[in-house]
Amino acid sequence: MAVISIERMGLLSVFCVCLFFSSAFAVDRGNFKTCDQSSFCKRQRALKPGQSPYRALLETLELSDSRLTLQLINDNNKVHLLLELYRLQGNMTRVKINELKPLKPRFEVPDVLIAEPPTEPLSVLSKDDNGIVLSLGAESQRLIVSARPFRLDIMEGPEVLLSLNSRGLLAFEHLHLRKDTQAQPDGAEVKESVDGDQQQDEVEKDEDGEGDKEQDGLWEETFKSHTDTKPNGPTSISLDFSLPGVEHVYGIPEHADDLKLKTTDGGDPYRLYNLDVFQYELYNPMALYGSIPVMLAHNTQRTMGIFWLNAAETWVDISSNTAGKTVFGKMLDFVQGSSEKPQTDIRWISESGIIDVFIMLGPKPSDVFSQYASLTGTQSFPPLASLGYHQCRWNYNDQEDVKSVDQGFDQHDIPYDFIWLDIEHADGKRYFTWDPHKFSQPKEMLQGLMDKRRKMVAIVDPHIKVDSGYKIHSEITSKDFYVKNKDGRNYEGWCWPGNSGYPDFTIPEMRAWWASMFAYDQYEGSMENLFTWNDMNEPSVFNGPEVTMHKDALHGKWEHREIHNIYGLYVQMATAEGQIQRSGGVERPFVLTRAFFAGSQRFGAVWTGDNAAEWGHLKISIPMCLSLGLVGVSFCGADIGGFFKNPSTELLVRWYQTGAYQPFFRAHAHLDTTRREPWLFGPENTALIREVIRQRYALLPYWYQLFFQAYRTGMPVMRPLWVDYPKDTVTFTIDDEFLIGSDLLVHPITEEGSRGVTAYLPGAGEVWYDVHTFQKHNGAQNLYIPVTLSSIPVFQRGGSIIPRKDRVRRSSACMENDPYTLYVALSPKKFARGKLYIDDGHSFNYDTKKEFIHRSLTFANNALTSSNLCPDCNFLTSSWIEKVLILGASKPSKVVLKMDGKETPVDFEFDSSMSVLTLRKPGMNAGDDWTLLLQ
Amino acid sequence: MTCLHLLLTLVFAVSLGTPVEIQRPRGVPLTKKPFYEENKPFTCLDGSRTIPFDRVNDDYCDCKDGSDEPGTAACPNGSFHCTNAGYRPMFIPSSRINDGICDCCDTTDEYNSGAKCENTCKELGLKERDVLQKMAEITKEGFLLKQQLIEEAKKGREEKQGKVTDMQENKKQLEEKVEALRTVKETAEQPEKEAKERHLKAWEEQKAAIRLEKDKAKMAEAFLELDDNADGFVSVSELQSHAELDPDADGTLTETEVQGLMGGAAQVDTSTFESVWTNIKDKYHSESQPEEPAPVETPPEEVKEPVVDNDSEPFPEDDISEEEDEDEDDEDDYHEDDDKVLPTVKTPEKSHEDGEAMLPYDPDTQTLIDAAQKARDDFEDSEKALREMDDQIRNIEKELSFDFGPDAEFTYLYSQCYELTTSEYIYRLCPFNRVSQKPKYGGSETNLGTWGSWSGPENNKYLVMKYEHGTGCWQGPNRSTTVKLTCGKETVVTSTSEPSRCEYLMEFTTPAVCQEPANMDLLPHGHEEL
Repeated sequence: MAVISIERMGLLSVFCVCLFFSSAFAVDRGNFKTCDQSSFCKRQRALKPGQSPYRALLETLELSDSRLTLQLINDNNKVHLLLELYRLQGNMTRVKINELKPLKPRFEVPDVLIAEPPTEPLSVLSKDDNGIVLSLGAESQRLIVSARPFRLDIMEGPEVLLSLNSRGLLAFEHLHLRKDTQAQPDGAEVKESVDGDQQQDEVEKDEDGEGDKEQDGLWEETFKSHTDTKPNGPTSISLDFSLPGVEHVYGIPEHADDLKLKTTDGGDPYRLYNLDVFQYELYNPMALYGSIPVMLAHNTQRTMGIFWLNAAETWVDISSNTAGKTVFGKMLDFVQGSSEKPQTDIRWISESGIIDVFIMLGPKPSDVFSQYASLTGTQSFPPLASLGYHQCRWNYNDQEDVKSVDQGFDQHDIPYDFIWLDIEHADGKRYFTWDPHKFSQPKEMLQGLMDKRRKMVAIVDPHIKVDSGYKIHSEITSKDFYVKNKDGRNYEGWCWPGNSGYPDFTIPEMRAWWASMFAYDQYEGSMENLFTWNDMNEPSVFNGPEVTMHKDALHGKWEHREIHNIYGLYVQMATAEGQIQRSGGVERPFVLTRAFFAGSQRFGAVWTGDNAAEWGHLKISIPMCLSLGLVGVSFCGADIGGFFKNPSTELLVRWYQTGAYQPFFRAHAHLDTTRREPWLFGPENTALIREVIRQRYALLPYWYQLFFQAYRTGMPVMRPLWVDYPKDTVTFTIDDEFLIGSDLLVHPITEEGSRGVTAYLPGAGEVWYDVHTFQKHNGAQNLYIPVTLSSIPVFQRGGSIIPRKDRVRRSSACMENDPYTLYVALSPKKFARGKLYIDDGHSFNYDTKKEFIHRSLTFANNALTSSNLCPDCNFLTSSWIEKVLILGASKPSKVVLKMDGKETPVDFEFDSSMSVLTLRKPGMNAGDDWTLLLQ
Repeated sequence: MTCLHLLLTLVFAVSLGTPVEIQRPRGVPLTKKPFYEENKPFTCLDGSRTIPFDRVNDDYCDCKDGSDEPGTAACPNGSFHCTNAGYRPMFIPSSRINDGICDCCDTTDEYNSGAKCENTCKELGLKERDVLQKMAEITKEGFLLKQQLIEEAKKGREEKQGKVTDMQENKKQLEEKVEALRTVKETAEQPEKEAKERHLKAWEEQKAAIRLEKDKAKMAEAFLELDDNADGFVSVSELQSHAELDPDADGTLTETEVQGLMGGAAQVDTSTFESVWTNIKDKYHSESQPEEPAPVETPPEEVKEPVVDNDSEPFPEDDISEEEDEDEDDEDDYHEDDDKVLPTVKTPEKSHEDGEAMLPYDPDTQTLIDAAQKARDDFEDSEKALREMDDQIRNIEKELSFDFGPDAEFTYLYSQCYELTTSEYIYRLCPFNRVSQKPKYGGSETNLGTWGSWSGPENNKYLVMKYEHGTGCWQGPNRSTTVKLTCGKETVVTSTSEPSRCEYLMEFTTPAVCQEPANMDLLPHGHEEL
């Protein structure tokens, strides 16, 4: 939930006025900075493209096996920078730029990379006064270092793939001491030790040479009533990237915006700064709860990625030479053979730290995903149950309420796996505790859920009530684990419990201690079916600048400024670790987070924060989760129904229909909203919601297998169409429909009163089958689909096999041993392929003991075959194959099951109207080798 | 194939205490046994198709209606029948067969899941019988109470209706009486008015005479004062010494001005002074009398301040406020007008001029006034009685107009209040009126809704009361309360909760909703799960 109370109270009058003009809620933009209000962004953005003052000092080149270093000099101020180049395994290049001799070390972000990335040898192909040509291994890829001005180009054959500092926007505000006397009135620390040149030009890019005195915000900055003391002065960095031939860039979540990033000319850059934004607005570049500084660039030839590893406040500018052109203009260029090639220019600006960039060269989308995964890890493999339906509300009032909601699901025969408790469950918002009146017997409650094979999530936020009688607070205090303010005392801010401390999650010992708090004997009332939700971990500080922590607060020797965007990741990391430890490392954790950073995918799920019950918010949930999926975070969802306000029944039903086909499937609602459990809207709507939740449960085997794949390879679960159809330009801007894996295409209905939608079915020469009717449609067409309130346009790709469990029960655990039905959708060439993954659904045994079943299912030459993808794996299942549906089949005369050298006939039915062949009860165990022959 | 497919199962049904063995496919209720004839083709119960009997309960769904798999989880829409010997039989959705959760107390739903279920039917049966018995007792007693309530309500209603009829009759009489007394009053007031006017006129005349005398005395006194040289004439110069007489108030009293005042004469004697006196008496200051402080001398600040002393107030506020008062009176009160126009005080009216009290009425006039006053009092008393009567009638009619249930069984709740104290609050339900909440340890009361309507399900709307339009919630709706009524001997609020913000739910037991027990000996009226 978002900041309310204080902020909200203060804004009450403003809202009242606003309501006269618009019934929609909206963010109070005044609470958050624009680029102009963030002094480093303003300074950096004032620098226009042109001749770079930086020069590479080629004579300083040092080349070891895998690392090249070279000094750069800023000819304006003579400050030396150190450039490091690495060729990384898997077709990546890492570029690091730091001060050669910084006054003190600059911050480098730890704990994001899963390991020091393995390198490959770099070799110098040629070298002269103008530059160096390096080989990036095979494929005629070269890296060219130009000396004057400094510039990097990555080429493949004659093509430039990407250039750095091509527009001369490299800018590095070096650490220096304050020259004017305002800072230290006693003058004691004003030293003249640093060479004069260095101080001459405080802001390298500012050729007019304005000094500290003239420029605002260099050594102190005030926003609203908050002053940021900047003991280190200006430290910002910036670098530009040019992408010739690229018109489509994606990623850098989290923003409530379209999938395809827009150019930022004339507006603010996209901002990356984890913030608790109350009632966020759609379609703008404002920062939200999480930040992943990864951008993908795509064209029909190649997909590439840029990973800017920096956890400070960051702004990203995007411009394009084709942005302003109409389709006609582009056509004219083409006809006239215009020499101007489309190009997208990117510019990253961060407040501090160093330049540390990973350039992922693809070339296929899947290559970029595996390249990024090799750096920051893959999506954690979630417990199967967490892919089921989650019922949440702020708040379920007491144990009785939990029980009656649980019973409501059974009474209405709707499956669910998790019921959630928000902040009111704890005793005075003291996390890890229970309200003594409302939740006096938590174990009894949890046992009640366990008896139904269901689970619970309780919230644990990182703000800790300052209360000497509260164990968590007193232990953190005694261990000195709190974040400090600039004066070295414990930082305190206002949040849900009132005055709160913020544990310093950047300290490994603190995280270990936090993890230990989840042990069953520490977290009283917890049981193995209790999981955790980390909210407010941006961190949210109601009375802080921009509702977050002061940048000059201290994490050990580092300012909060340096680590801000990674704080939330650490909270989830420590919490997930706690859940793993409490089971002795056996059970998989489930932790939901609101704030995130690059690498957060390793620790659990994220959701898109405090949305609203509006059609626009339903619609935006698609690009928001797609953007996250592209940069590693597959386990994404939006609050179903919308957090703020009350949804209309139609909106609620449509949201369930959309959410059931998104990875993280949770309904949630604000305290002030009316109840909206699925059965409260009349029998017809209950039936519609029940139906779609059942569809979700039937597809759990497919979702589970996709998450296994995501965990293994980094392939996103929910993806834009272009990921699988990279040469089809039509798909490049589509974000109102998406793929689940490669095989299901979903076009949710996100318009009120919709009577029909047009879905784009990609793939020339391919076919798609409507999953509800089995009607076959050709690919590469816009298909108009008439819809009613019960319609959810979903298509299975011809050429795929999807295993389902059509016996839907009240929770995923209840379905564990149920048989599978295989949906074999034939391609025009009568071919299909799929996978089946089975394990115990909750432990790490798949990893530690190879206890899983992984099978390849192939239909070719009129034979469907199951073969083992992991012969050395061992897992026994009692699930079997109860039915096989072959879509697009012709009628055989006979079907035979070949297994263990024996042949047995199999009954079948053929529906000639839809060409569906149903094989009745072949009955083989899901883990066996077998072949079904159609004769 | 790993699944066990038991086609048939032995079911023990308890009927009248004698166990009887009945063979039928698993999950089939006795009533449907005839449709499942062993070794004969089975026709789906919806008639959609016929399959060999060995496909019944073979763990594969052949019938669209799920009827071929009564004992397995194969069909998504199937249902399973548990006999639950010792308890009550029930249907559960097929999806709950072998899901590891014990649903049937006879454990028959978990025959192949490994779930360790215990047969709890006997206990449940005992418990339920116990509960049902208690419920039946409550229902029985409650129903008897309800009959009493109905009876009382009926009686009460009749009484009240009778009362209203009586009162209507009385009212008519009262109205007549009021009219009669009005005539008496008006008749008595005419001579009173005339006598009073006479008296007033006489008094005015007398007052004028006195005033004239006083003026003459003042004039004589002034003449003596002005006639400085005591020559029996007041001259221009003598008059000129009184600067306050300056007609144009320019600060100097010129000779010409004085001549003007003196009507052109150079001097006047006592007889001719009268015309001069008329010109100067308003401004003339006696030398022997101290000057009254003029209002203009009051500091401006003080003028702006609220002045309590009306006498020194330069603006005639009294008049304004009186007008306003009258306006208000016109709007709401019809009888107080009389009080104002004709003050009931017997003391003579106070004169406008200080110290000049009116003479007491002469005895004849006083007699007339007393008579009129009595007529007024009598009239007002009767009018008041009529109003009270009206109020009473209205209240009873309002009560009679409420929907107190088909047999008026909820009548007794009217004008009662019932409280429930929780850890934090005291909740108060006043049926047909309002619901409120008050913090236990001090703090003001919050209105959780005023009586709205009956809003139970269609078949019995009298099971739920809705109270609406309570105190507004910040950024939320107005508070409202739903009150669910259940049968009980006592009339009590048993629980309250707030399922959604500012939407309260209250449970309330009352005999008034107890249904007639159909047959006390027979078991369930309890709901089955399917």
